[in-house]
Amino acid sequence: MNIDDANHLAAHRILDSTPALAGIARADEVIPGIHRNLILHAGPPIGWARMSGPLRGAVIGGLIFEGLVKDERAAVAMVEHGEVEFAPCHHHGAVGPMAGVTTASMPVYIVENRPFGTRAFSNLNEGYGKVLRYGAYSEDVLARLRWLSDVYAPITARALERAGGLDMKTMIAQQIQMGDEGHNRNKAGSAMMARALAPHLARTGARSEDLAAVLDYLAGNDLAVLNPVMAACKATMDAAHGIAGSTIVTCMARNGTDFGIRVSGLGDRWFTAPAQIPVGLFFPGYAQEDANPDIGDSTITETAGIGAFAMAAAPAIVKFVGGTPKMALEATMEMYEITVTENPAFGIPQLEFRGTPTGIDIRKVVKTGITPRVNTGIAHRRAGVGQVGAGLVRPPMECFEQAVEAMVASLDAGRER
Amino acid sequence: MSVRIRIKLSAYFDSVTLMLVQREVRSLAGVREAGAVMGTEANKELLRDAGLMAPEASRAGPDDLILSVDAVDVHTAEAVLAHAEGLLVQRRTRTTDEAYRPKTVASAARALEGANLALISVPGRFAAGVARDALAAGLHVMLFSDNVPIEAEIDLKRAAEDRGLLVMGPDCGTAILGGAALGFANQVRRGPVGIVGAAGSGVQEVSSLIHRAGSGISHAVGTGGRDLSAAVGGRTAVRGLAALAADPDTEVIVLISKPPAPEVAAMLLAAARATGKPVVVNFVGATVPSTERLFGAQTLEDAAEIAVRLATGTPPAWPRRQALPAQEGLRLAPGQRFVRGLYSGGTLCYEALLLLERYLGPVHSNTPLDPAHLLPSAMRSREHTVIDMGSDEFTVGRLHPMLDVELRQQRLLREADDPEVAVILLDIVLGWGAHSNPAGQFAPVIRRARERAQGAGRWLAVVATVCGTDADPQSYDDQVRELVEAGALVQSSNAQAANLAGLIAEAAGSRGAPRAPVAVAVPSREVRLPAAAGIVRFLAEPPKVVNVGLELFADSLRAQEVQVISVDWQPPAGGKQKFIEMLDKLGA
Repeated sequence: MNIDDANHLAAHRILDSTPALAGIARADEVIPGIHRNLILHAGPPIGWARMSGPLRGAVIGGLIFEGLVKDERAAVAMVEHGEVEFAPCHHHGAVGPMAGVTTASMPVYIVENRPFGTRAFSNLNEGYGKVLRYGAYSEDVLARLRWLSDVYAPITARALERAGGLDMKTMIAQQIQMGDEGHNRNKAGSAMMARALAPHLARTGARSEDLAAVLDYLAGNDLAVLNPVMAACKATMDAAHGIAGSTIVTCMARNGTDFGIRVSGLGDRWFTAPAQIPVGLFFPGYAQEDANPDIGDSTITETAGIGAFAMAAAPAIVKFVGGTPKMALEATMEMYEITVTENPAFGIPQLEFRGTPTGIDIRKVVKTGITPRVNTGIAHRRAGVGQVGAGLVRPPMECFEQAVEAMVASLDAGRER
Repeated sequence: MSVRIRIKLSAYFDSVTLMLVQREVRSLAGVREAGAVMGTEANKELLRDAGLMAPEASRAGPDDLILSVDAVDVHTAEAVLAHAEGLLVQRRTRTTDEAYRPKTVASAARALEGANLALISVPGRFAAGVARDALAAGLHVMLFSDNVPIEAEIDLKRAAEDRGLLVMGPDCGTAILGGAALGFANQVRRGPVGIVGAAGSGVQEVSSLIHRAGSGISHAVGTGGRDLSAAVGGRTAVRGLAALAADPDTEVIVLISKPPAPEVAAMLLAAARATGKPVVVNFVGATVPSTERLFGAQTLEDAAEIAVRLATGTPPAWPRRQALPAQEGLRLAPGQRFVRGLYSGGTLCYEALLLLERYLGPVHSNTPLDPAHLLPSAMRSREHTVIDMGSDEFTVGRLHPMLDVELRQQRLLREADDPEVAVILLDIVLGWGAHSNPAGQFAPVIRRARERAQGAGRWLAVVATVCGTDADPQSYDDQVRELVEAGALVQSSNAQAANLAGLIAEAAGSRGAPRAPVAVAVPSREVRLPAAAGIVRFLAEPPKVVNVGLELFADSLRAQEVQVISVDWQPPAGGKQKFIEMLDKLGA
């Protein structure tokens, strides 16, 4: 199969995917290969020595949450004694925003992409402020995580079961028509998720104060839907992965130190380069020098053709791209230059319902010199401070250049055989 | 004085942008001289001559931009460099009505509904790749760029044939399609004469003369100079003939080229006969016997004349401008003998070389008729010399002399100061793409040159031909008047100008003999014209154009109210050869 045919097939798998949020379960009940001493993290593989502040903080928090250690000192000692294993979420079918730390007993969303039998997982969104994904691990952070495990997860799991799951593809399509791009803005999507779940939540028979807390959580968290959206994108892109000869990017992810991509026709290899520091708008009291290098698996949204790729649909957040709706339009238009198809399911009203640019082709990126755009939250470089702003970043061109080299090498090797 | 240099690696700016920036920077206070050029060898030599070279610039390659300033002090030079960089960025982010400037041919073709032609003028080594993208997007191609490998040309033309598309070029400077003047082309009346031309300025000359005779042009299909070589085999020319044969608006066809490879000439003449329409053939410097519907023409003017006669039934009457070569000859000082021709049009130059031999004998050139008369350096004339200033040594990484008149102005003054020079011969080409007022640029220089000669006790004859029409943006009559007022002997055609220059030199004692024309036999075999329905449909309406490269061509088309969209083009993979080759392997 030649490259164009392979990409055609990969593109069709993306377009024909129908990810649905099927339920919530404990990570070690559903994520293959996860165990108590294994910490899943965002981005490409990385060891403790090279981890940035927010990721280290989240690892410490994860170990405390698992009950493996009592405090930071013990956590660091445990890591330094080599008793903790690390692996990218992506190696286990999972994705997580920012630090992405996912441990065995945490609850995760399960998204199924039935036409292709792929399944993806993501941890639960903690909301704003001091949160584990930005490297915070104080008692209130851990209490919040426990509430998510003990209260939110079981009640919402029952509601989801009653609802027969949530069709994520339709949800994303609608949120894009309501001003979200699915990465930095998930206001409409989160509201829709709350609306879809509310009648079922009410019928779960949960204690009214627990039910009230769940509804408070949904009412107050504009990012609630981000994690299921990410898992939906992951389940979609996994369907397009592993097609021999395909030059489509199936994963982009960052661990706070490196940016890594994977390519459909290049197996499990990562192509990495130092992550950039995002440029953007900062909350009062913070500035560019506080920003950590780019972090998180949420770039799976751009990989699947939403997020910054759907920027034209999200005029409310145009400040990130320079301030005008025209610039938002140009952001999306530019991404058509490096993608192989358009997703008709995700029509952008501002572009006469043209589908979002979908399926990044490493060849087009290297040829045009245009790297994918990524909308992103910005983490403080010190563990536990939290989010300091939001903005725009692009992956390093080296990732795509390495992938092009590897693809040429694999074609040459194939010819020799 | 202090020279400061800045180099931008793999930075592409079109040469018009660079010329405008250079001009603006030069006018700044405290600046003695400034350059903004791509780092080709020729440009580095020009910088060296202008005292603008510094060691760090010698490493710059053809894809790298060199900004160089000689200013009163270091501080000024640095400030000026920073200003120049600002200007370059400003020019790139020019505001347009378009919501988005597409970065690739494919997205431009999508953004302009009904787009059907790509006009490509990017640097040669990238041009074939852009043309491939254009064909893949279903566009016909006019490839203005030169320095495209011949293998790539053949591949492109084959690929185009498979898709029913036309590839004009590489090195196709001129075309008129569906009433739209593309590249360097004149604004001519629409009419019954169709042209297929492998020679850009030849097409300009013939189409302008036909217009000035009151007739007009249906289409002028350019083929590029190499199309009629044995290797390429006239693939574009034969498709052009087939399209004009089927085109209902075309009654007479003119075929213009330097002498083709013999087997290609035979095939083309057979194809010409197969059109069923009268075909006027001018293989500049070759004799084609006239038979039934084939009409051999000796010069471009002849070709225009025969075409007009066939199309209208009456011979054209271009004004014969009064000139007395013997009288000019008498005014020359002893020792004034030589003709120096400074051409911007390649075919006009070639025709002048041919015609002058009758009066002068061998003529030296950077594009000589015989290799023995190749100038060791195009920068220095010897004896009788006619140079094509539009050829590579003058234009790689620099603007064409039809647009950037400066080198030719300098050269004109230098030739005029040579006490052995009797006649200077010039072509002034008008039309789209050309300088907005070339006569205004050359008139003062001609005046100064003649005054300087007279001051030194000599007489200098300046003979000029103006190629253009009253409908051109520059207006033919105004341009002629301005040159005449400056003392130039302006002739109605290039052939007349070359003959006049030759006669003046002959009056001053030169002797030559007519060059024996190459004989081309009319073949007996029949050929079938290739299918050209797609091309005929394409020609039926003004083209909708995707412009890649020189923005000036897009501006010209907009001025003609032709729909055009510009690609914000950058070299592939940032110009990195390693990745360009890898992308080729991956079929990107």
